[in-house]
Amino acid sequence: MLAFLRKQKYLIDYTLASLLRRKGKNVGLLTVYTLIVFMLASVMLFAHGLRHEAGLVLQSTPEIIVQRMQAGRHAMIPAEYLQRIGRMRGVTKKEGRLWGYYYDSAVKANYTVMTGGQTDAVLSEIAIGSGIARVRGLAIGDYLTLRSQSGDAFSFKITAVLDTESELVSADLLLMAPGAFRHVFGTEEGLYTDLVLSVRNPREVSKVAEKLAKLLPDTRLITREEILRTYDAVFSWRQGVVFILLVGAVLAFVIFAWDKASGLSAEERREIGVLKAIGWETADIMRMKFWEGAIISLTAFLIGYVAAYVHVFFASASLFEPVLKGWSVLYPRFRLTPSVDGLQAATLFFFSVLPYIVATIVPIWRTSITDPDAVMR
Amino acid sequence: MTLNPAIMALVMVSIVVCAMLLLASGFAVRVLRYWDIGSGSERQLGLERQTYLISTLLIWAFSFELMSLLLFIYNAESMSGQFVGAMCATGVLNVNAWGWPTLFVKVAVFFVAAVWLTLNYLDNQGYDYPLIRHKYFLLLAIAPLVVAEFVLQLLYFGDMDVAVITSCCGTLFSSQAEGMAAEVSALPPKPMMALFSLVGVMVSTCGIRVVLRRRGTRLFAWLASATFVIGLMSVVSFIALYIYEHPHHHCPFCILKSGHGYVGYALYVPLFIATASALSLGTVSSLGKSSSLTLAVDRLLLRLGWLAVAGFTLFYLAAAWAVGTSNLTMGDVWW
Amino acid sequence: MLIQLRNIEKAFNQGKPNEFWAIRGVTAQFEPQRITCLKGASGSGKTTLLSMIGCLSRPTSGRICLGGRVISGLPERFMTEVRRHTFGFIFQRFNLIPGLSVLENIMLPAYPLGLPYKALRKSARQLLKQFGLSNKADNPVQWLSGGEAQRVAICRSLINNPQILIADEPTANLDSKLSREFMGLLDELRHSGRTILISSHDPEVFASTAVERVVEMRDGMILDATG
Repeated sequence: MLAFLRKQKYLIDYTLASLLRRKGKNVGLLTVYTLIVFMLASVMLFAHGLRHEAGLVLQSTPEIIVQRMQAGRHAMIPAEYLQRIGRMRGVTKKEGRLWGYYYDSAVKANYTVMTGGQTDAVLSEIAIGSGIARVRGLAIGDYLTLRSQSGDAFSFKITAVLDTESELVSADLLLMAPGAFRHVFGTEEGLYTDLVLSVRNPREVSKVAEKLAKLLPDTRLITREEILRTYDAVFSWRQGVVFILLVGAVLAFVIFAWDKASGLSAEERREIGVLKAIGWETADIMRMKFWEGAIISLTAFLIGYVAAYVHVFFASASLFEPVLKGWSVLYPRFRLTPSVDGLQAATLFFFSVLPYIVATIVPIWRTSITDPDAVMR
Repeated sequence: MTLNPAIMALVMVSIVVCAMLLLASGFAVRVLRYWDIGSGSERQLGLERQTYLISTLLIWAFSFELMSLLLFIYNAESMSGQFVGAMCATGVLNVNAWGWPTLFVKVAVFFVAAVWLTLNYLDNQGYDYPLIRHKYFLLLAIAPLVVAEFVLQLLYFGDMDVAVITSCCGTLFSSQAEGMAAEVSALPPKPMMALFSLVGVMVSTCGIRVVLRRRGTRLFAWLASATFVIGLMSVVSFIALYIYEHPHHHCPFCILKSGHGYVGYALYVPLFIATASALSLGTVSSLGKSSSLTLAVDRLLLRLGWLAVAGFTLFYLAAAWAVGTSNLTMGDVWW
Repeated sequence: MLIQLRNIEKAFNQGKPNEFWAIRGVTAQFEPQRITCLKGASGSGKTTLLSMIGCLSRPTSGRICLGGRVISGLPERFMTEVRRHTFGFIFQRFNLIPGLSVLENIMLPAYPLGLPYKALRKSARQLLKQFGLSNKADNPVQWLSGGEAQRVAICRSLINNPQILIADEPTANLDSKLSREFMGLLDELRHSGRTILISSHDPEVFASTAVERVVEMRDGMILDATG
């Protein structure tokens, strides 16, 4: 056992020396390899981070959302629906929400407008998301003017810039008092955008939803579970699509690795021949080559993964920014909360290290079976 | 079909492993046909060199298989959010009829692979390669198994319909439900515990006899297989309950999660290693000794024997620990 | 260890149009603790014969016995095992691995054995001392002169303490003075109990007083054995 370990150490020693002797060739391979890992890992970490973020955001949202449907479209819901629901077993809280979108032609961006919740908030004060503050160059104490439905302009004093952990949701947010909301959007008293219900026990959610569906036949019920499930599916599906696009890159890498492994220089061939002649066995050469692959793979994997981690979580995935920016002018300059999991790392391994190993098995074997007496001919 | 990177990885691994095994099978057929250790012809030299390639291909194929078994379970775990009614891996495996068979075939491949690698290791120590025919016949038997796994897995992932409401451990393992899983969990814990302890005693006695006297190797392999099956059934039937401290939670996968201190690994890893060693031991000892291997076989049997005994002991210790430290008392809740 | 060859034949490219029989029926015997020289023009088959004796390749037919044990039928894995412990090789072009130090080159044949590093380095240094190369231990081998490289190659062939040394055209890259020195070193090694087989067509070698037996080869057959 000890001899076995010592032997591996000797082989690794030899491999390291031989890698360093052929820097040029190996640096090229290492660069391409690292790049592949970096791309795949960036996509995975990014998607995973987004999903994680969505989970965090949704954690604080209510379990059930009730929307009124009219002619198949979402319509405002009367406050009396709250009374119609009445007391229901398991529902701990129910309330109406007001929210909507405001198009600001000055910066050609849509803001998400929500009400602050408390009814006694000062009508002329608002809080804005950091994205809006950035685009409009606003700070606390400044005034923001919005045009209402009827054409009048309202000026609001900014009392806060929202800076939550997750900028993803708060970047384009405007928070105002319910009264102000009704003024700006011309929403009548007694109407809400939708209703939300909190249910403490997750097992009761579907039961409550079932009862609501009977009680309020003209409504659509959305449960948090469903949103989460959709997010989950959408994110992993998107990731899958990107991966399929990257399969081409991985294949190119496989061909490259195969070529590198089989295209040995005359000097390398002679070296293998010498080793075999002086007493190394075919399996020893294969083991030596295995360590070579392991060292290269491990280095590429670590560098690529760490680089992707920095890229996604500290540089805000800046390479993906141009792609994602199309979705909104107020592209959030968010920092995802770092999160890694074993499944991701394992999947990444299968997409990068496995192709490399498979590509090199046959070339390594071909090299290893060099005739031991080749050096004497 | 769900396009998720882990699923793509699993399918890809499956394709790669199939390709590797088919390639190796092609060589195996040639070896079986033309092998003549006494000849010094170039063809024989070529064949001998190909055995290196076959071994390497298979060692890799089987390591990929092992990793894909883990990835398969992790993936099932992580997909539980996407199916209505699924709360853990059990629910996801239950999405269609192919989930469980895929898992079972994967486990089977693991064991056959372990036996093959042992034979290969042993064969390489005899200067006349005495086991070469056994080895390559076994290889030809593994290839269809791997192809079956590929097909089953493809059917499983291809048939995944997010709209299907699946049933999770709660319902799957409930005593009202039907099917194998339900029957396993409906096994009354008390007799199950007795059976579990009984095989434990039998397998360890037999194992120690194998190690000390080199006798009863085949019996040991059979007992080990029984212990494996009964062990897994016991996990579902009562060990899991003690770990979750919940009288109705039977899931055999959630114990792999951090929430339960990864205790599942302490159970499964020794159990799998022990069973694999015992199966290899049984196979090796029943092949009959060749003169060039007598010494190597003896040494190997001893090592495998100890490994198996140690593995089973660890498994039982882990199970006893899980039951002993649990706050769950199954006094009259169950029987 | 007595080396016995019986009806050895070796073919290359068997079954192809360019099939070529390098050795055609050689039966011979080499006594232990002697220096034997295989003499012949290039292409006469002496190198092929040496490579088969040294377990570097396998005869197409015939038997090779080493101290009573048949080694010709062994698979490569086990031939290597025999080769490692029984034979040391000195090649025509020295075949040291550039980029590695002298010491590493010498230790290379022992790497697959997994010996403790300290013991291995000690025996390598001992060999260097014996051949007067102690001050070169950490130099890269590219810096060595021809004679030094030859001595490093001898050290390397001795690291696993083999019974038999095989030298293939060892003086082809040396001038006459160095060749004579080299033969002197071989003579010392023979006196320490080793069997030495040399292939050469250099008169400096086969006419040397150290050589006790000369076997002449032509067209893959042994012509004449003296001594």
